[in-house]
Amino acid sequence: MNAVIRRRRIVDGIALVFAGLATLFGLVFLAWILWTTIANGAAALSPRLFTEMTPPPGASGGLANALYGSAVMVLIALVIGTPIGILAGTYLAEHGRHTRLAAAVRFVNDILLSAPSIVLGLFIYELVVATSGHFSGWAGALALALILIPVVVRTSDEALRLVPDRMREAAFALGLPRWKVSARVLFRAAMNGIVTGALLGLARISGETAPLLFTALNNQFWSADLNAPLANVPVVIFQYAMSPYDEWHALAWAGALILTAFVLALSLIVRLFARTRGK
Amino acid sequence: MTTLVDRSSAPARRGGAPWAEAVYRAATAGSAWLVLIALVAVAVSMAWGGRLAFQTFGLDFVTSKEWDVVDGRFGALVAIYGTLVSSAIALIVAVPVSIGIALFLTDIAPTWSRRPIATAIELLAAIPSIIYGMWGLFVFAPFMATHVEPWLNDHLGPLPVIGPLFAGPPIGIGMLTAGLVLGIMVIPFIAAVARDVFSAVPVALRESAVALGATRWEILSRVALPYTRSAVIGAIFLGLGRALGETMAVTFVLGNAHDLSASLLMPGNSIAAAIANEFTEADTALYRSSLIALGFLLFVITLIVLTVAKLMLRRVDRSMGRTH
Repeated sequence: MNAVIRRRRIVDGIALVFAGLATLFGLVFLAWILWTTIANGAAALSPRLFTEMTPPPGASGGLANALYGSAVMVLIALVIGTPIGILAGTYLAEHGRHTRLAAAVRFVNDILLSAPSIVLGLFIYELVVATSGHFSGWAGALALALILIPVVVRTSDEALRLVPDRMREAAFALGLPRWKVSARVLFRAAMNGIVTGALLGLARISGETAPLLFTALNNQFWSADLNAPLANVPVVIFQYAMSPYDEWHALAWAGALILTAFVLALSLIVRLFARTRGK
Repeated sequence: MTTLVDRSSAPARRGGAPWAEAVYRAATAGSAWLVLIALVAVAVSMAWGGRLAFQTFGLDFVTSKEWDVVDGRFGALVAIYGTLVSSAIALIVAVPVSIGIALFLTDIAPTWSRRPIATAIELLAAIPSIIYGMWGLFVFAPFMATHVEPWLNDHLGPLPVIGPLFAGPPIGIGMLTAGLVLGIMVIPFIAAVARDVFSAVPVALRESAVALGATRWEILSRVALPYTRSAVIGAIFLGLGRALGETMAVTFVLGNAHDLSASLLMPGNSIAAAIANEFTEADTALYRSSLIALGFLLFVITLIVLTVAKLMLRRVDRSMGRTH
């Protein structure tokens, strides 16, 4: 009897230690990756990053054109993707809530949310680049919008469903039509959740690389033309990191640090935002 | 009299223009349809773009390991193999670690530390995959080459059955490194779901087990895991779906070699990495079509895996809905 209890205690102890080690394992890799990015990136940080163009091999330069291109594409993706996502989320949460279409859309949306982004990029390549005959900033922005939409759909659907039905009933009792109930009452009540969704989506698309490889491609020079290949931070990081040149590696690390800092800051802000809402 | 007129006009003003309601309905339902159409359109466009490859090679496209750019002969076997093997390694690492993390966060960690630790683990999912790739290439691969792989060579290489898996030069770049990086990337996805469902196990069940004298491990393995089994399987498939389609991290550390090798230490290729590496260089219609056909295969595989994941997770939502 005693031996059985001791054996169970030992197994239990091993399991608990393992669980602790597993958590440590995850945290160590987080720290290791962040430390690598900070240490290498900080060494390469300089004001020139924001004023000079991406250089040819062997020369020094900055990331100004890439930062500009990324910002423009991400903003366009937000402008296209957020309204569509919110409208679809509204359909799911409001007058479509119990329809078959809503069930199907929810299912498909969750799949799109985890679908390989490189395939979504290939799709935009087929749709835009192959038909127009050239890589373009528009194609990159569309690819990012396609990745953003499922994130916004899901979060706005969930945020709107959290709004108590009492508020809907009160608004309908005043004789408001559905669109006004949504615009004046429900969107206001669910605003925090909807903004959280848009910010989460922003964090997600800011770091996306694969879908830009063959939509926006890259551009070594300053270009504001959205109908031409557009420089962007993720693809510059990819190209420079894979190159054999030390100057390019340094720039890639600087870009990596800027990107990581932006995305992680955004994720943490979203969490704080969501937490204050919860209280 | 005048007040009556005012009242009758009031609802009309509140309702606004009659077309507004129609626009609202069309815009919301249209956007919802758009999501549905997007998924179908992606599948159709991949099949359409890959038709030249499928017509030219037929079933050989899936079973041939040849990838000869010069001769224009393309087979997907090496890429499919690489995708499946690297994802399998990822799951072997990620599943026990994620369940360990979930157990730690629900049962063991002091309450005050749970939220910060959970947030830190979730941040692993927020780091862009290209950062994993750079870290993998510049830091983790050299680490594997100098510290881990020589040890595997010496100690596991000579073993009978699994030996060939760990033979070969310890260069750091290869299937094992790619699988490990993928594993780290999918940990937050599996751990988050596992933690949620573990903490949703009814207190009555837990307390009954405690009253019978069960240890924490016994509660996990005999009560929590059986109770949440399909959700945990769903979470694992969700992680698998992520791992299969992950591109940038794998592209950096896989080595882009179109060779089939039994050794996990040798460079290989995956579907996503092949597309990322070669698509802009594909100069013939057949080459490009073959890469899009690879994309089609990847999309179909992930679609199946993610559908299984959703079905498993939905079953839990229902069954938990009933017990609560």
